[in-house]
Amino acid sequence: MSTWIEVCDKNDIDEEDVIRFDHEGRSFAIYRSPQDSFHATDGHCTHENVHLADGLVMDDIIECPKHNGRFNYKTGQAKGAPVCINLKTYPVKVDAGRVFVQVG
Amino acid sequence: MARPATKRDYSLLGRDAQAAVANGLSAAEWYHTDVPRKQMKELMKREDAPAIRDTAIWLGAMAVLAGLGVFFWGSFWAIPFFLAYGVLYGSASDSRWHECGHGTAFKTMWMNDAVYQIACFMIMRNPVTWRWSHTRHHTDTVIVGRDPEIAVMRPPDLLRLILNVFGLLDAWHATIDMVRNAFGVISAEEKTFIPESEQPKAIRVARIWFGIYAVTIALSVYLGSILPLMLVGLPRLYGAWHHVMTGLLQHGGLADNVIDHRLNSRTVYMNPVSRFIYWNMNYHVEHHMFPMVPYHALPKLHALIKDDLPAPNPSILDGYSEMIPAFLRQLRNQDYFLKRALPPTARPYREDLHSDVMARAAE
Repeated sequence: MSTWIEVCDKNDIDEEDVIRFDHEGRSFAIYRSPQDSFHATDGHCTHENVHLADGLVMDDIIECPKHNGRFNYKTGQAKGAPVCINLKTYPVKVDAGRVFVQVG
Repeated sequence: MARPATKRDYSLLGRDAQAAVANGLSAAEWYHTDVPRKQMKELMKREDAPAIRDTAIWLGAMAVLAGLGVFFWGSFWAIPFFLAYGVLYGSASDSRWHECGHGTAFKTMWMNDAVYQIACFMIMRNPVTWRWSHTRHHTDTVIVGRDPEIAVMRPPDLLRLILNVFGLLDAWHATIDMVRNAFGVISAEEKTFIPESEQPKAIRVARIWFGIYAVTIALSVYLGSILPLMLVGLPRLYGAWHHVMTGLLQHGGLADNVIDHRLNSRTVYMNPVSRFIYWNMNYHVEHHMFPMVPYHALPKLHALIKDDLPAPNPSILDGYSEMIPAFLRQLRNQDYFLKRALPPTARPYREDLHSDVMARAAE
């Protein structure tokens, strides 16, 4: 069953940035876009075992810190070599200034 | 009693490749200096302006030098213009290929892609094959059997190094690879790092290049002059020396099979002209540790983290003065390498994994 998990205060994530969130043995990347929307994906790049929270957020794109592979973090779409497999995304909501992610 | 030197198997399909996967050296977690997130974000920030400026200078200078070379063709006055043109074609393309392949030179992706394609053609590196080989180089930097871009294997092949100062072996192999790919053949080794979905792209590029070279050669035959080849193709040979000179310094003579770039990569202070041609890749430890940082921000990154890195070589000459004796010694003992001393302010990393390698260096 899907449940909403509290991640952090919304101000814990800078605009156009990403943080790491670990929960019950799983790791996620939580994003705040330049438009002030919040998003979540799996934490690790689909190319190699590198966490995206050390990467660079540019508009809708997260760039992996190891090989510069790029994903659209809103849709999970892989944007080209060296990433070929899309990222899994998760619903996010903000309630009373707190960020929640729905993990299944 | 000294242990016998370890014979290395550099094949991507060989014994050492399997061993690196089995013992955790492959796809390992590498050391990173701690840099506060805000500073790192500032360093990683992309811009178009520096690379547009540098690309305009690069291609503009090539056009002027080529024009003067053609104008003076047949006289000795053409020589200096072609020598300079050759370095911009056969050496500056190496760093442009590299930086645009990372996608960090420009903020605008199509600009990275456009310069990447042009530079790949000049340096004769298939843009698909080499994108994937370089990805592996960053995953498994100087891990024997895993890294397809080890420039100097042990024992060093000094004749190969000398021939490549003029691009002879590299260009020859690149030509063979291009023809093979143009005929639709992807080698077994290439298949280890190029995903199947990407292989047709490598073949398509090889066919386009094959066509360009065929037209250039035909034009030379038609004109009865090597001038067209002096402009397209041959500069990969007569202008290669600078990228070989700088490229060997990246990892030459240093440790292999470690997972700390401070031990297997070299930062060298260089003159401004070489840094322009090389696009600041002289900050090579910094580049490997943080490949997201664009070339124009590497000096700032270096200033920020240098207390956690080995002392840089103060000059190209100094780099060679330690590297050449190391190559000569590796002819007798493959296990010998230059052991990098970390400063007292540096954090050590995975000494458990590296202690055996270091012990061999001391023998």
